[in-house]
Amino acid sequence: MLWELFSTFFIIGLVSFGGGYAMIPLIQEEVVQRHDWMTAQAFTDIIAVAGMSPGPIATNSAIIIGYKQMGVLGAFTSALGMILPSLIIILAIGTIFYKVQKSMMVKSAFYGLRSIITGLIVYAAILFAMNNGLVSSFSWHTLSLVIIFGLSLLALIRFRIHPVYVILISGLVGIALYS
Amino acid sequence: MKTQSFNLKLLAQIFISFLKIGPVTFGGGYAMIPLIEREVVEKRGWVKTKDITDIFAVAESVPGAIAINSATFIGYRLAGVPGAIVAMTGVLLPTFIIVVMLSLFFLKVQDNPKVEAAFVSIRATIVALITYAAIKIGKTAVVDKTTVALIAITVALMFFVHIHPALLIICGGLVGIGIIALKKKLGISIKLEKEEKLKPDFYLGDGI
Repeated sequence: MLWELFSTFFIIGLVSFGGGYAMIPLIQEEVVQRHDWMTAQAFTDIIAVAGMSPGPIATNSAIIIGYKQMGVLGAFTSALGMILPSLIIILAIGTIFYKVQKSMMVKSAFYGLRSIITGLIVYAAILFAMNNGLVSSFSWHTLSLVIIFGLSLLALIRFRIHPVYVILISGLVGIALYS
Repeated sequence: MKTQSFNLKLLAQIFISFLKIGPVTFGGGYAMIPLIEREVVEKRGWVKTKDITDIFAVAESVPGAIAINSATFIGYRLAGVPGAIVAMTGVLLPTFIIVVMLSLFFLKVQDNPKVEAAFVSIRATIVALITYAAIKIGKTAVVDKTTVALIAITVALMFFVHIHPALLIICGGLVGIGIIALKKKLGISIKLEKEEKLKPDFYLGDGI
């Protein structure tokens, strides 16, 4: 199990260009689809907790998933798996990348990479909307979720409210509406 | 021997500097960036102002979280491999402890009816956050019609064929190199990036 956690997050860490939410489709693929460690909904909750914690969201998610699977040791193993590729790559190419970064080749690679990652996040957004009951036949419950989604998006884009506050306010709304 | 004791002192300083940055920043690694800059440029004078932008650019291009990558890279420049490891540990240790405690707390309370109700709403908000991330990274990714097509193809592939995202990402780099080479050969004008770099948010980067 520890080895599985380590290798899973090592692979995720290796290709996690863009950081943060860009890694969610990757983690979802491994943790929910391939390993079946948890449901899509439980994974959404983990992202919420990761988003409210200090530090990078993707690494936080790895820590929480590891903790849920195997306690503190699992958390440590997952975090190590996640950061080790970055460490190795920085040590290996950190200094040369400095100069290579502006080269045509690297820029071309990122031209493709950025589009693919955008596509992956768009896919993740649709998938999460379906898994969390935002896309289903009409009911007042679905409608209320869609409204919460819309207001959250408005708060982020239009009023530029910090995500942590948006999550916290949403939680209070949830308690008022659904308990 | 003298250089070694100096190194140990430097390593300790690196560790403490990055240790302080972790726990005060909530909501994503990007929140750490201004704090890292203040610490290593202004307070310690380890990195020159003109170099720090390059360091952040490299940290962003290497896989992984930008805050951890920046710390590792700065540590490496200051004190080699030990410096990199010490900086990485320092920046991650407080968050690790806090996140483990939060997980423990969350797993304890998640079955409480009030917490369950809160998470019904929070899940919809997380979908909004992911959508927001897609919009933000999309703004930097879309530079021409080809990039729009690439995004659409990726979404379609994920829904209908379901390729592993890791494989798609690796292909993405190669496809980018291929397309640009092809465009060059055909003499089509090439635009690789947005001209003016979008001003990064104080807390969110492209991928948040």
